[in-house]
Amino acid sequence: MFNFHYRLERYSIRFAILVVIVASIGGFVEIAPLFTIDETVEPAPDMRVYTPLELAGRNIYIREGCYACHSQMIRSLRDEVERYGPYSLAAESQYDHPMLWGSKRTGPDLARVGGKYSDYWHVVHMNNPRDVVPESVMPSYRWLGRNELEPADFDLHLRAQQKVGVPYTDEMVANAINDLSGQANPDGKRAEGVLARYGEATNIRDFDGDPTKVTELDALIAYLQILGRLTEVAHQNPVMKKLEGPK
Amino acid sequence: MVGQLTVNERKLAFLILILIAVVGLAMAITGADKLFVVHGLIIFLSALGTIFLVISGYFLPPPDIENAKHYYDDPTRAGIIIAMVWAVFAMFIGDWVAWLLAFPEMTFDAAWASFGRLRPVHTTGIIFGFGGNALIATSFHVVQRTSRARMPDNLSPWVVIFGYNLFCLLAVSGYFIGITQSKEYAEPEWYADIWLVIIWVTYFILYLRVLARRKEPHIYVANWYYMAFILVVAILHIVNNLAIPISLMHAKSYSAFSGVQDAMTQWWYGHNAVAFFLTAGFLGMLYYFLPKQAGRPIYSYRMSIVGFWGITFFYMWAGSHHLHYTALPTWVQTLGMTFSAMLLIPSWIAAGNALMTLNGAWHKVRDDATLRFMMVAAVFYGLSTFEGSFMAIRPVNALSHYTDWTIGHVHAGALGWVALITFGAIYALVPWLWKQKRMYSPKLVEVHFWLALSGTLIYVFSMWNSGIIQGLMWRTYNESGTLAYSFVQSMVEMHPYYIARAIGGLFFLIGAIVGCYNIWMTVRSARMLAGAPEFETPDLGIASAQEIKAGEQA
Repeated sequence: MFNFHYRLERYSIRFAILVVIVASIGGFVEIAPLFTIDETVEPAPDMRVYTPLELAGRNIYIREGCYACHSQMIRSLRDEVERYGPYSLAAESQYDHPMLWGSKRTGPDLARVGGKYSDYWHVVHMNNPRDVVPESVMPSYRWLGRNELEPADFDLHLRAQQKVGVPYTDEMVANAINDLSGQANPDGKRAEGVLARYGEATNIRDFDGDPTKVTELDALIAYLQILGRLTEVAHQNPVMKKLEGPK
Repeated sequence: MVGQLTVNERKLAFLILILIAVVGLAMAITGADKLFVVHGLIIFLSALGTIFLVISGYFLPPPDIENAKHYYDDPTRAGIIIAMVWAVFAMFIGDWVAWLLAFPEMTFDAAWASFGRLRPVHTTGIIFGFGGNALIATSFHVVQRTSRARMPDNLSPWVVIFGYNLFCLLAVSGYFIGITQSKEYAEPEWYADIWLVIIWVTYFILYLRVLARRKEPHIYVANWYYMAFILVVAILHIVNNLAIPISLMHAKSYSAFSGVQDAMTQWWYGHNAVAFFLTAGFLGMLYYFLPKQAGRPIYSYRMSIVGFWGITFFYMWAGSHHLHYTALPTWVQTLGMTFSAMLLIPSWIAAGNALMTLNGAWHKVRDDATLRFMMVAAVFYGLSTFEGSFMAIRPVNALSHYTDWTIGHVHAGALGWVALITFGAIYALVPWLWKQKRMYSPKLVEVHFWLALSGTLIYVFSMWNSGIIQGLMWRTYNESGTLAYSFVQSMVEMHPYYIARAIGGLFFLIGAIVGCYNIWMTVRSARMLAGAPEFETPDLGIASAQEIKAGEQA
C-alpha cells in the first residue's frame, strides 16, 4: 500500500482524480437513494402549497436569518413531542426550497407555532418581544410593519417554485400578484380567488392590524400562522397516536 | 505590484477587469430589484478601482528578467494582510452578536444590525474571509517551496486573490442588505456562487501548473491536503448551491432541493465545509509550517498517508449526524454516526503525527510562541475531533443538538485549531517574506498567544456549561411526569454564560488586533530597511523541500 502510494504521489492528475473518487462515495451512497426510495417522504394527500403571501413571509423569515435561532424540526424524542407537538415528518417540508430545519434553538422550535398565538400577539411580539416575553433576547423587528410588501415580481417567484417541483398550477402563477394582496384584505374582491385556489381553510385576514397597506409584517405573520398546518399527516401518524393515547 | 507583471499580463489584467466592470454595470442597469442593483454596483466599482491600480503601473518598465528565477511571493504577502483585516472585522462582528444575546436592544431598530443578519457576516467573514485568504496565501507559498518551482505566471495568483475577495465582499454585503439563501455557510446567492466557481477553477489550474513544473519527484503531503481542500470544496459548493433564480435580473433564487433531500445535501455540504475547508486546508498549513518552525522532519510518512486518505474518505459520510432523530431516514443517520466515530482514527493519526514531530524540539515550543501556537492548535484539533465524534453518537446528540454545546464545539475548532494554526503560520511566514530575522516584537507574539488561549478556554467552557444546562433543562421531568421547565426558564439560565462567552471572544479579538499591530510594524521596519543589505534567510532556499520531507520513505 505504501509502495503504491509512493508511486501515486508522483502524478498530480492521477492523485487529484483519486481524491475526487474517494471523496464522492459517501455522499453518493447517502444522498442519491433519498431521491429514489419512496418511503423517504410519506404521502400527504391533504397537503397544500404556500399561498403567495405565505411564501413572501417565508422569504422574509429567510432574509432576517430567523433560522439561525429557531428550528423547524421536532425530533422524535418524548420531551420534544410534549413541548412542541407531534414530531416532524418529511412530508411536511416537501415543498420547502430550501428547508428551514435549523440547527440551533436560541429561541423555541417553530414547526407547529401556527395558530398557537393570535395575530395581535405576533404584532406586539415583532415590535418588541419583551412586551409579551419579558426575558426574551430576540431583537425587535419594527421595520417589518413599516415596510410595504413589493409584490411586483411575485409571479416570477411562483414560476421558479414550479420549476423546482412545487405543484403550483399555471392559474396560481398567473394570479400570484393579486392573491398576494387578496389574502390580507378580507373585504376585498381578490380574497375569493385565494380561497378558490388554496382552499377554504386558508387564513384570509389583515394580519398586522393595519388595513391601509400590505406590509412585510402581514406576510411574516401569515407564514408563521401556517407553520405545521399545511397538512394533518403528522397528527394522523399511527406512532404519534399511540404515544398520545386514547382521547 | 503591477510592476511585477509583464506587459502582456498587464494588458490581460486590463481586459479581464473591463469585462468584470461591464458585467457589473449590466447588472446595475438591468437589475429588477434594488438589491441586485447594489451588487452590480459593488462589482462595477471593485473592478473600476482595480483598473485604476493597473493603469497607475501600466507604463512602468517591464519586470527584471531575474524575477522569473525567484519565487513569486507578492500575492502571498497581500493575502496575509487581507486575511488579518478580515480576521479583525469578522471577530468584531462575532463579539458584537455575542453581546446581542446578552443585551438584545443593541440592534438600534436597524435591520442590518439585527442578530439574524450579522450572524452570517461573522461566520462568512471568519471562514471565507480570514480562513480562505490565509489558506490561499499560504498554499501559494507552500506549493512553490515544496515543488521548487515558481508560479507559472504573475497574473493568475492575483486573479484568484482579487476574485475570491470580491466573492467574500458580495457575500457579506448581501447579508447586511438582505440577500441570503439561508443555507448555513453557503448563504451567498446564485451569481456570487457562479463567480466563486470560476475563481476556484482558476485556483485549481494554477495549483496544477505549479505542480507540473516541480523539480521534486514527489508531491509533498501539505499539497495533498491543499489539493483535497480545493477539489472537494468545489464539488460541495456546486452541488449544494444548485438553484433556480427567479430571473437573471433578480438576486433571489430557490434551491433545487427541498425538505429532507435538501437537509441531507446541506449538511453533507455543511459538515464537509468543516472537513475540507477548516480541516484539510489547515492540515496542509500544519504539515508545512510546524516541521519547518520546529526544524524537524514530519514524524511518520505512513501516518501522513493513512491520516490523509482516512479523512478524505470518512468525512464525507459524517454529515447526517447533524440530523439525528429528525425526518431523515434512520439508516442514513446510523451511517453518519458510524463514520463519525471511525473518523476519530485518521483525525488522531494526523494530530499525533504533528505532535510527535515536535519530539526533540519541545524546548523550542517552550521558548517560541510561534511554534507554541502551532502545537496548541494540534492539541485543540485532537480535542475537538474527539468531541465531534462523541457528539455524533445518537443519544449524546439528543442532549447536545440545538444547544450552545454545538457552538462551543465549533469554536473549540475554529478558535483553538483553525485560528491558532493560522496565527502560528503567519508569525512564521511574515519575517521570512519581508526578510526580517524575526517579528517586530516576540513579546507581543507571546501576549497574543496567551490572549488567544485564555479567550478560547473562557469561550469553550462557558458554552459547555450553558449547552449542557440547556439540554438537561429541556428534558427534565418533575415528579408528576410533566416537563419541569419552560423554554423561557432555560433561556434565563443562559445569561451569565452569554456574558462570559462575549468576554472570551473579546480577549480573542484583542489578541488578533495585537497581532495586526505586530505584523504591521514588522512590515514597516522591513520597508525602512529597504536598500540595506538583506538578511540571509537560509531556510527559505531551494533545499527546503528536501529538509522537511518525511524521514522514512520506501
